Amino acid sequence: MNPVIDKVVSWREEETKCALATVVKVEKSGPLGPGTSMAVSEDGQVVGSVSGGCVEPAVFEEAMSAIESGKPKLLTYGISDDEAFGVGLTCGGIIHIFVERVDW
Amino acid sequence: MADLLTRWRAALADQSPVAIATIIEGPGLGSKILVTPDDHIGTAGNPDLDKAIVEAARGLLEGGRTNTIHLGPRGQRRMEDVSVFIQSFAPPPKMFVFGAIDFAGATARIGKHLGYRVTVCDARPVFATKERFPTADEVVVGWPDEFLKTAEVDQRSVICVLTHDPKFDVPVLKEALNTEAGYIGAMGSRRTHDNRTARLKEEGVSDEELARISSPIGLDIGSRTPEETAVAIAAEIIALHTGHTGGRLADRSGPIHERTESRESGVARG
Repeated sequence: MNPVIDKVVSWREEETKCALATVVKVEKSGPLGPGTSMAVSEDGQVVGSVSGGCVEPAVFEEAMSAIESGKPKLLTYGISDDEAFGVGLTCGGIIHIFVERVDW
Repeated sequence: MADLLTRWRAALADQSPVAIATIIEGPGLGSKILVTPDDHIGTAGNPDLDKAIVEAARGLLEGGRTNTIHLGPRGQRRMEDVSVFIQSFAPPPKMFVFGAIDFAGATARIGKHLGYRVTVCDARPVFATKERFPTADEVVVGWPDEFLKTAEVDQRSVICVLTHDPKFDVPVLKEALNTEAGYIGAMGSRRTHDNRTARLKEEGVSDEELARISSPIGLDIGSRTPEETAVAIAAEIIALHTGHTGGRLADRSGPIHERTESRESGVARG
């Protein structure tokens, strides 16, 4: 029913560590609504997406560090971050993404 | 594997309603509670906070909505120490298609594509067959109005009356108006539409009720084939749901997506 959760379950069954990144808020224009998610496994597999492709590489890195540290994190991507981090949304929107290691 | 993930996957597989509440800011960061209409598992670390989260989650789940709420450390309202993201995974909304013609086949297919649970109903057993509608979840042989009386229709449901035969569509449209359906569309030419409108009025249907019926069905995109017509119907369903008019984006300015945070998490998702 939900390809991201299905994949997370199968990773957990084979004891592969993984992290889940979920869009929790979208301001202004944004491609995908709250609840859209992407999961990353410790060996670098990815399922799902959180934007039109703009922030996935950055979220991937954050997910990998969450797998390592176990610390959940609320991330914000948007115009204000554009210059500072080189990660922006070309659509001009701001998205908030929660990244967590799957321990539950 | 942990209980919460197992329950979550099981609920998604059974299409039973489930909400996942996650603390995304404040004390208890990362805590998760799984909420169903009957029970919940997990904790945010404080029983009063848990209670407030579970209550809010059930409210959102009922409408299939996803949102972030803000509470105090012990679940107090009008405080903002704790931000909780609550995602509803409601069962898919329903699409009812009446009239087992080629247009119904295409409409049933696009309905599935959009994430609806699709039922096709027609009184004629020769036409209402699973073979003719392989993608439909359910094919019912029966009188549309009688079937609709027994069907569970809610605000997320859409009803497409494609029979364009007054013998069928007048009674089923009258019945559709008795439901909470979020969309009621009826197919037919201008002439069929005028004739149908007159008959519905004769049957005592008010102008206000008539305004609920999208007739002739679909956006004006010049569609002719069943597939093109299905696109026009689907586009109208989406546009009415979002409150958009359905013109060309190229012809207007302003944001493409509306600024809502609590829109149902997509018909096709969840």
